[in-house]
Amino acid sequence: MATQQIFSPLPGIFYRKPAPDKPVYKADGDVITEDDTIGLIEVMKSFNEVKAGAAGKILRFLAENEEAVMAGQPIAEIDV
Amino acid sequence: MAIKVLKPGLATTVQDLGRPGYYHIGIPLSGGMDRHALAAANLLVGNEEGAAVLEAVFMGPELEFTDDAMVAVTGAELPPKLDGTPRETWTSFQVKRGQKLSFDFLKQGARAYIAVSGGIDVPLVLGSRSTYALGALGGFKGRKLEAGDELPVGTSSASVSEGRTIAKELRGLPAGMPTELRAMPGLYWHRITEQAGNGFFSDTWKVAPEADRIGYRFRGGKPLEFVPREPPFGAGSDPSNITDACYPYGSIQVPGGTEPIVLHRDAVSGGGYFMVGTVIAADMDLIGQLQPNMPVRFVKVGMDEALAARHDRAGLLAKLRSSLV
Repeated sequence: MATQQIFSPLPGIFYRKPAPDKPVYKADGDVITEDDTIGLIEVMKSFNEVKAGAAGKILRFLAENEEAVMAGQPIAEIDV
Repeated sequence: MAIKVLKPGLATTVQDLGRPGYYHIGIPLSGGMDRHALAAANLLVGNEEGAAVLEAVFMGPELEFTDDAMVAVTGAELPPKLDGTPRETWTSFQVKRGQKLSFDFLKQGARAYIAVSGGIDVPLVLGSRSTYALGALGGFKGRKLEAGDELPVGTSSASVSEGRTIAKELRGLPAGMPTELRAMPGLYWHRITEQAGNGFFSDTWKVAPEADRIGYRFRGGKPLEFVPREPPFGAGSDPSNITDACYPYGSIQVPGGTEPIVLHRDAVSGGGYFMVGTVIAADMDLIGQLQPNMPVRFVKVGMDEALAARHDRAGLLAKLRSSLV
């Protein structure tokens, strides 16, 4: 097992839920596949999905819901 | 020669220096949001300054070249990689047939200009190759790039060498925090109170996530207080409404008095919101390089300072040009 980070591809606002009244995409401890969406980045009036990019398990999120993030900022730590 | 789009990036479009002359009939200027960086990219690869390039915002595309070409990436610090090997920004580099150009995460700025020797050879529409996506006009099929697109590239007669570079002081990027945007108070300045006017120029504003090629929205400053009035004929009841008027490029409208929007290259040409002033031409490129949440201040200037600043900005490009001869 190795620890990897998932990075934000874009600068913007990070959301962990698909909509305010919906549950989070993924929680700490969830098993993920490469194509799973783990959150959204809002920028330029569009919401862009952040994909896990690797299969494994989410150890913890490093960015808060609705946090302003930079491109290349780690948003989650996963065990692959 | 063509470029295959493997991955499009977020909103990558073909842009040149723009399509002036039709704003009065509702067709905006379009063209690169940082025209200084766009011209620089072209000069580095031996193109005319106004050749069409790719403008990539926040995130780079992934491209495959079907023939050899000279390439340069300017503007934002969006580090290029050629077949996975890092290349410098603001520096020309040779791409061989079959090689792939991709990009690392954005380090600084917002918009990168990717120039290819020969220029992106999409058809001229009303005198320009720029994309106006909202109007589905110009560029590559009037839209942002999509995976699978094949971009035609012109032939280049220039022979330029690899490793031509542009010194930091000639890049004309935003310097300092907050970024200072110089603005002239406009025709509707009288609509807000003196206190609101002072607050507008002394507050620090932050780029909102809605900022795009049409306009840059800012928030975080105090709401503007309006001078009471009877709405004139044709104006709405909101105190920020006016009888419809022309919107200049760079004009700062403040709907509801809360969040200023600076109109940029793909803006609408008219409407019914009052404009507190206009960002001067010399500082419009800087806006194109602002990321969400970055702080800015509006700095009050008069016409003389605006014209002097425009002269200085043109001088910077002249220096850049002569540095490459």
